[in-house]
Amino acid sequence: MSQTQESWPLYEVFVRARRGLNHVHVGSIHAADDEMALRHARDVFTRRNEGVSIWAVRSDLIAASSPGEKDAFFAPSGDKVYRHPTFYQIPDTVPHM
Amino acid sequence: MDDGNAYDGLVEADPDARWAFGTGFHDTLAGVDDALPPSVDRAQLATYCLMLGDDALIMAQRLTQWTTCAPELEEEVALANIALDLLGQAGPLLARAALADPTTVPSLPPGSPVPPQDALAFFRDPRQFRNVRLTEIENGDFAASTVRLLVFSTWRLALLQRLVGSCDAVLSAVAAKAVKEVAYHRDYAARWFVTLAQGTQESRRRMASGLEAVWPYVQELFVAHRVELDLAVAGAGVDPAKLRADFDQVIATVCAAAELHPPPTASAAATPGGRDGVHSAAFAELVTEMQSVARAHPCGRW
Amino acid sequence: MTQTETLAHEPRTFEQLIAAGERIEPRDAMPDAYRATLIRQIAQHAHSEIIGMQPEGDWLTRAPSLRRKAVLLAKVQDEAGHGLYLYCAAETLGADRADLTANLIEGRQKYSSIFNYPTLSYADVGVIGWLVDGAAICNQVPLCRSSYGPYGRAMIRVCKEESFHQRQGYELLVTMMAGTREQQEMVQDAVNRWWWPALMMFGPPDTDSPNTAQSMAWGIKRHTNDELRQRFVDMSVPQAHALGVTLPDPDLCWDERRGSHDFGQPDWSELARVIKGDGPCNAERLARRRAAHENGAWVREAATAFAARQRQAVVA
Repeated sequence: MSQTQESWPLYEVFVRARRGLNHVHVGSIHAADDEMALRHARDVFTRRNEGVSIWAVRSDLIAASSPGEKDAFFAPSGDKVYRHPTFYQIPDTVPHM
Repeated sequence: MDDGNAYDGLVEADPDARWAFGTGFHDTLAGVDDALPPSVDRAQLATYCLMLGDDALIMAQRLTQWTTCAPELEEEVALANIALDLLGQAGPLLARAALADPTTVPSLPPGSPVPPQDALAFFRDPRQFRNVRLTEIENGDFAASTVRLLVFSTWRLALLQRLVGSCDAVLSAVAAKAVKEVAYHRDYAARWFVTLAQGTQESRRRMASGLEAVWPYVQELFVAHRVELDLAVAGAGVDPAKLRADFDQVIATVCAAAELHPPPTASAAATPGGRDGVHSAAFAELVTEMQSVARAHPCGRW
Repeated sequence: MTQTETLAHEPRTFEQLIAAGERIEPRDAMPDAYRATLIRQIAQHAHSEIIGMQPEGDWLTRAPSLRRKAVLLAKVQDEAGHGLYLYCAAETLGADRADLTANLIEGRQKYSSIFNYPTLSYADVGVIGWLVDGAAICNQVPLCRSSYGPYGRAMIRVCKEESFHQRQGYELLVTMMAGTREQQEMVQDAVNRWWWPALMMFGPPDTDSPNTAQSMAWGIKRHTNDELRQRFVDMSVPQAHALGVTLPDPDLCWDERRGSHDFGQPDWSELARVIKGDGPCNAERLARRRAAHENGAWVREAATAFAARQRQAVVA
């Protein structure tokens, strides 16, 4: 397994979908450090308004986004309705779509 | 679970759950009064909306060119997010320009279904675009693109923060939403700026070259066009000269963290500039490519 | 069940878990061949997502409306995300993304042959969404139940997101068919060019697919190539009819007795050629991916160096 200078370590990503729920593991990303890990997690795993809070964990270290960043972190995906299939008008008569 | 229909496997108890995870999508302009403020000249408001809309559109077009070429997959996703935010800003601004002054919209053959914001984006000649030239220069490497994004988002954020107070309800609503987006863009660019400046010798050298390449386009950002001044007086727009102090402060902070010094800014920007429709040679190429499909089908439906 | 009782159970073997239809998770013992087969399959899937950004990505700067530009960018971006989810699933098996990327750009691992065909008009964007993503969904939905947990979970996310991909494509085609005559011809031309390559996406006929039996026994694969191909044809025919296009297969007809469509066979020698690297765009696709990876090396190295320096600063 190569760990060259140019390959970034792996982080596990946990997202809290909305208030009242636990953070749930959603996948992983690569990042050079904790800050980059949070940003990558935000960009990759909350494109569809999926989350209000992120943890990115490398081995036994946990980094979490702060509540103050919520707007800039999560609001921008709030209008990207075209990422959702129901945005597209397909005639009702077309099957399997 | 039955695989008889490709989608059956995705249906869950919640009928919406099969589509995606997110909820609560909203329209930026829902409920916003689109009446034109009486104190503002319609043609000037239209020109101003073109300026801000073209900045976003052309910047998005350049960012889009990074797709499939980014330095890592996570960066593909991040850069596309920024481009999508800017496209989302361009649409309502161009639509506002068309509403304020329908004569700005290029005329198309009778019966053409092309909506006015698309006619503006895809059927104007390069000379009719009002974007600052910073947005149109070629991407260069990731260092130069980072410098440009930092400069652009720092300047635009300062502008948008003031535009929230516009007497034009649509401009105010677009700005209020865009502030959150561009704050993230600035953060993204600033982090990469510091990371690359403090990374390796190679990355630091590239950042220095990126600064050299981008800095000649900085001064133009703060030169007020007649329309910008008049709209500032009318309470609808922002005088860009007023953004300089904020801009300098943010750039100084980022450069201090990066231990890099920006080159001195030229005392005067070359005028006329992008706000007057005067652009670089690379811009004509960019516009030709962007418009090629739309112009081949002036009566097309997409 | 109390914890004591749980602990009292002998840990179940790989074979017992598979037989019970349970998922295999990363730290479970598993046969080397199962691990190797999965890594290969997941990596090829990931490579396909990443290379698959290119044919449509070529039209991003030329998308003919602001809405279509945003839609296409969101879609191509999703493909980067899907590649990323899948590489991460492969990493839970002990693979490394850097190694897998090297395998791709040095030609040691394959990706879906469909992405070696060129996109010639904007209608191709629609047809790729409808037929290519439609075929991908047929292939992928059963994989949500893959016996390997991380792969199945990645596929659930991928399939949910891809449902938008197919619909945006079909919607574009419906819109274009309501447009000018030229646009209608563009759509039919794109359908003619993509239909057969889409059928090939399900792989060679079952009689010529030696690995299928083992993969099905392991729960890595749930249906044979021909079963999935049949399902795809049966789904696509009424959609083509609703759209008003003709599928370019003179042998295509409804078989009352089977309750399915009969259809012609793709040119399998063409599939073999394209997989071997002789497709119209193989060299170009790999060259672009290689260039992006190599041109990005200094950025990745700089971020690693910066992170190391930050850690030292914290320690000091």
